[in-house]
Amino acid sequence: MLARRSVVRTLRQPLMVVPSLVFPLMLLSINSSGLDSTTRLPGFPTDSYFEFALAIAFVQGALFSANSAGTNVASDIESGFLNRLSLTPLRRVALMMGQLAGILALGLIQAVTFLLVGVAFGAGIEAGLAGAFVIVAMSLTISLAFGCIGAFVALRTGSGEAVQGVFPLFFAALFLSSMALPRDLIEIDWFRTVATYNPVSYMLEGIRSLVITGWDAEAIALGFACAGGLALIALAAASSALRTRMVRT
Amino acid sequence: MAGAAIEATALVREFKKGPRAVDGIDLRVEPGEVYGFLGPNGAGKSTTVHMLTTLLPPTSGSARVAGHDVVKEGAQVRAAIGAALQEAALDPFLTGREHMKLQTALHGMRGDEARERSETLLDRVGLTQAADRRVGGYSGGMKRRLDLALALVHRPRILFLDEPTTGLDPQSRSALWDEVGRLAADRGVTVFLTTQYLEEADVLADRVGIIHNGRLVAEGTPEALKAEIGRPSVEVVPADPGDLPRMRGVLARFGESVTGSTKGASVRLSGGDAQLADVVRALDAEDIHVEHLQLHAPTLDDVFLEKTGRSLEGQVEEQPTPAEPAVA
Repeated sequence: MLARRSVVRTLRQPLMVVPSLVFPLMLLSINSSGLDSTTRLPGFPTDSYFEFALAIAFVQGALFSANSAGTNVASDIESGFLNRLSLTPLRRVALMMGQLAGILALGLIQAVTFLLVGVAFGAGIEAGLAGAFVIVAMSLTISLAFGCIGAFVALRTGSGEAVQGVFPLFFAALFLSSMALPRDLIEIDWFRTVATYNPVSYMLEGIRSLVITGWDAEAIALGFACAGGLALIALAAASSALRTRMVRT
Repeated sequence: MAGAAIEATALVREFKKGPRAVDGIDLRVEPGEVYGFLGPNGAGKSTTVHMLTTLLPPTSGSARVAGHDVVKEGAQVRAAIGAALQEAALDPFLTGREHMKLQTALHGMRGDEARERSETLLDRVGLTQAADRRVGGYSGGMKRRLDLALALVHRPRILFLDEPTTGLDPQSRSALWDEVGRLAADRGVTVFLTTQYLEEADVLADRVGIIHNGRLVAEGTPEALKAEIGRPSVEVVPADPGDLPRMRGVLARFGESVTGSTKGASVRLSGGDAQLADVVRALDAEDIHVEHLQLHAPTLDDVFLEKTGRSLEGQVEEQPTPAEPAVA
């Protein structure tokens, strides 16, 4: 029931759903038209910048999940809804799973939309139909990771404003990754180093490999490892914060 | 239920920053009783409710609700109580019926049982027609009534209502009072009600506890508390504001001064209402023309004033003190 509530609540907020679809597609459109000449760089993995940039939409959409999850959790705290839930026999793990259902629903809508738009505008998914399913799975894992971070911030602070305040940091993480260029083509040393240690790079490269390379086991494994690892850490942190927040005796 | 429905002994709650929100409260509420916990914002009412409903562990002291220790037997306490806390805790994106469906499911009800319970309660609080509308479009009174229905889903023996009518219009307030009164009278539900409204405590409560700065300063039936004050007060407003100092001097002969009158002066009549004629004669003898003169029977506000040195009326719109929002 809580999962259903979380999904319904998310889908009934167009201002939460629509920007998470429109802004990534806008950025994709701007990047792919403005940076197309980048494909002429020696060693660039594809001759279509649109295909290269398609992965960004999935990760950017997932960043909106963090905002969505965090805002919803903060709203439950601020309105006292969490207290109401605390007074029922509900277990904490069920509450956390319920909240995550909304994130996954939004993530699924995003992933399917970005895939369909990508294919409609000429992107070939090299890994085929099975690869498309893997892209959706990886995208959901990334959404889960960032959604849990958003939920963690909300549970720690109890404030929707705090969640909004953290949102730009996620974008900084995206911009300091291999978002615009493959890591080996980044010429600025510090930027390449940051991008190398930035897990977002591997999330992007995992999805990107399925679009432009095919079945690259290492890229896919790294993508899932980074997204899944981050999801586990964030889930543990959010669960701990929920334990503190629901201090019922 | 054997023994008290709610019992607290030397209950204390301290927050890291700020004074003791609750400072050694002793309480005993009998089964089926409506207990009014009266005090201004920041007095410690909500903190007490949060401790009694297991949402906040006490710093020290003990409390038993429905016979169970609130610290050691939280789950049993929660199974026995329903609570509508400050600000109706509702999801604006769900409908009233969806709220009921969620709440019945969280309490383990399924199928027909859940549906029947939902419909019964929606009907009882007069929300059947609005049940499929999103709660974001409900009025304050409708939200409070839905909040009450949600608190009753699992048929609790004890109901905690934390300022259930704050911010409501008189009509919605009256409707909620009726429902709370019915619950106690027809179903034998024990009601622990916090309020900052004197009238609410007077109308609803079998007994009233007055809380001030985290301490229980008076307790008893509204009638007994008012009888304790005993003597009426007289409020006089002079026709010429320049006569106010002289008028105060005259009134001082008849009893102690009480606050509350903005344009004039009030005194508690040491000899009771029989002195009223003497007051009028004395003012006339001093050639003080009177614009307004009124005899007041003792109210709960007089009780509050007597016990705390402050009037409760006029304080109700104050903001909470820093100590209480941590749990609000």
